[in-house]
Amino acid sequence: MKVRIPTPLRSYTEQRAEVDADGATLGEVLVDLDRRYPGIRFRMVDEQGQIRKHMKVFLNGESERDLDVAVGDADEVVIMQALSGG
Amino acid sequence: MTAMLLVGTRKGLWIASSEDRRSWGVEGPMFLGHVMQHAVLDPRDGRTLLVATRTGHLGPTVFRSDDFGRSWSEATHPPQFAAGDPLERSLRAVFWLTPGHADEPGVWYAGGTPQGLFRTEDAGDTWAPVDGWNDHPMWATWAEWPEENTPDGSMLHSVVVDPRDPSHLYLGLSAGGVFESTDTGGDWKPLNAGCLALFQPDPEPEFGHDPHCVRLHPLRPDRLYQQNHCGIYRMERTDGRWIRIGDNMPRDVGDIGFPIELHPRDPDTAWVFPMDGTDVWPRTSPDGRPAAYVTRDAGESWTRCDSGMPEQAWYTVKRQAMTVDDGDPVGVYFGTTSGELWASTDEGASWRPIAEHLPEIFSVEHGTRAA
Repeated sequence: MKVRIPTPLRSYTEQRAEVDADGATLGEVLVDLDRRYPGIRFRMVDEQGQIRKHMKVFLNGESERDLDVAVGDADEVVIMQALSGG
Repeated sequence: MTAMLLVGTRKGLWIASSEDRRSWGVEGPMFLGHVMQHAVLDPRDGRTLLVATRTGHLGPTVFRSDDFGRSWSEATHPPQFAAGDPLERSLRAVFWLTPGHADEPGVWYAGGTPQGLFRTEDAGDTWAPVDGWNDHPMWATWAEWPEENTPDGSMLHSVVVDPRDPSHLYLGLSAGGVFESTDTGGDWKPLNAGCLALFQPDPEPEFGHDPHCVRLHPLRPDRLYQQNHCGIYRMERTDGRWIRIGDNMPRDVGDIGFPIELHPRDPDTAWVFPMDGTDVWPRTSPDGRPAAYVTRDAGESWTRCDSGMPEQAWYTVKRQAMTVDDGDPVGVYFGTTSGELWASTDEGASWRPIAEHLPEIFSVEHGTRAA
């Protein structure tokens, strides 16, 4: 499936805004993403498996924080950073 | 021999370099927009450079360079608590980096927010939790978990390795106190006797203090200095009790501050940068008159060092933002929250700025670059 990557994480994807990743759940997709682009997952998911506070993941346009949710090839995953900082 | 000053800021990394300590070239920014908490050049090889970084959104990590910042590689396994941690801790920041013992090349320690301790044996590529600390049955009590009473989140800092014995470690918790291990971090004990904690119901508790910066003198490893939230202290480890040498500071200046730095060849000489710890704790220089103070008699007396500094300025010098070199005379450097980098090459007798208009400076570390 296609995964949209926000600018703060594109240093891991050779600046590509959209990449491929596979998995039966959202969590598996992010693990596969990390296999392809080492280091990217820990920047957005902490060691306890929680999506970090200021990161957001959208599945087919809906915000999703449950990494166990099932996904299919036709689904679209968009990773974004929340508005914060200064 | 090239001297380097590694300047970690709220918005990235700058590196100042000099052959003669008079003329400095400043390179940067590197990692623009990243919160660069600490940057340290390994004194054991003069080449390995580690930085502790995060952004406002992304999780914490460590990057490494072996070509003085021209290229970087990220840690394959950055510092982090164990998955499934019973306290459900997740690391928000790598706050502190300490190279390990001279006989253990490749070993480094990292302190975090929350107050975890982590160790690498491959020069920063893969890190593991120090279980004896992170899983110590007293950790949650010592670390005041999950309250984290320090304004920016509690942090573990001042990881100190005894140059005589790599298994002998100290660390500081803000807040929590100073702790000591004699078995490479397997077990720990508080080391706070004599130190005040005026913000606690019992002003002299066993732990719960707020050390801001702890240093050990390499030529006299039983001597420790500490700039604490409640004063400046010295301990002869054989005595096991902190003595408040800040009582000898001028009363109108006080002895509150963040950093304390030691002369590399004289265990009696140390520099501090006092700040206003009265009223609501402005944490700027007392009366807005910035100055370092030096003692040359182990804290019996202190001398003001402000020649060249502005008459009025309202900045803070944070705990990692003061450093010394090993020149003769010793160079002393500090960075300010207003983004100024200052240098003295006469042990504090006179000062001059070597960089201005940088972002808020979190850390300044000196290193000597390998040829």
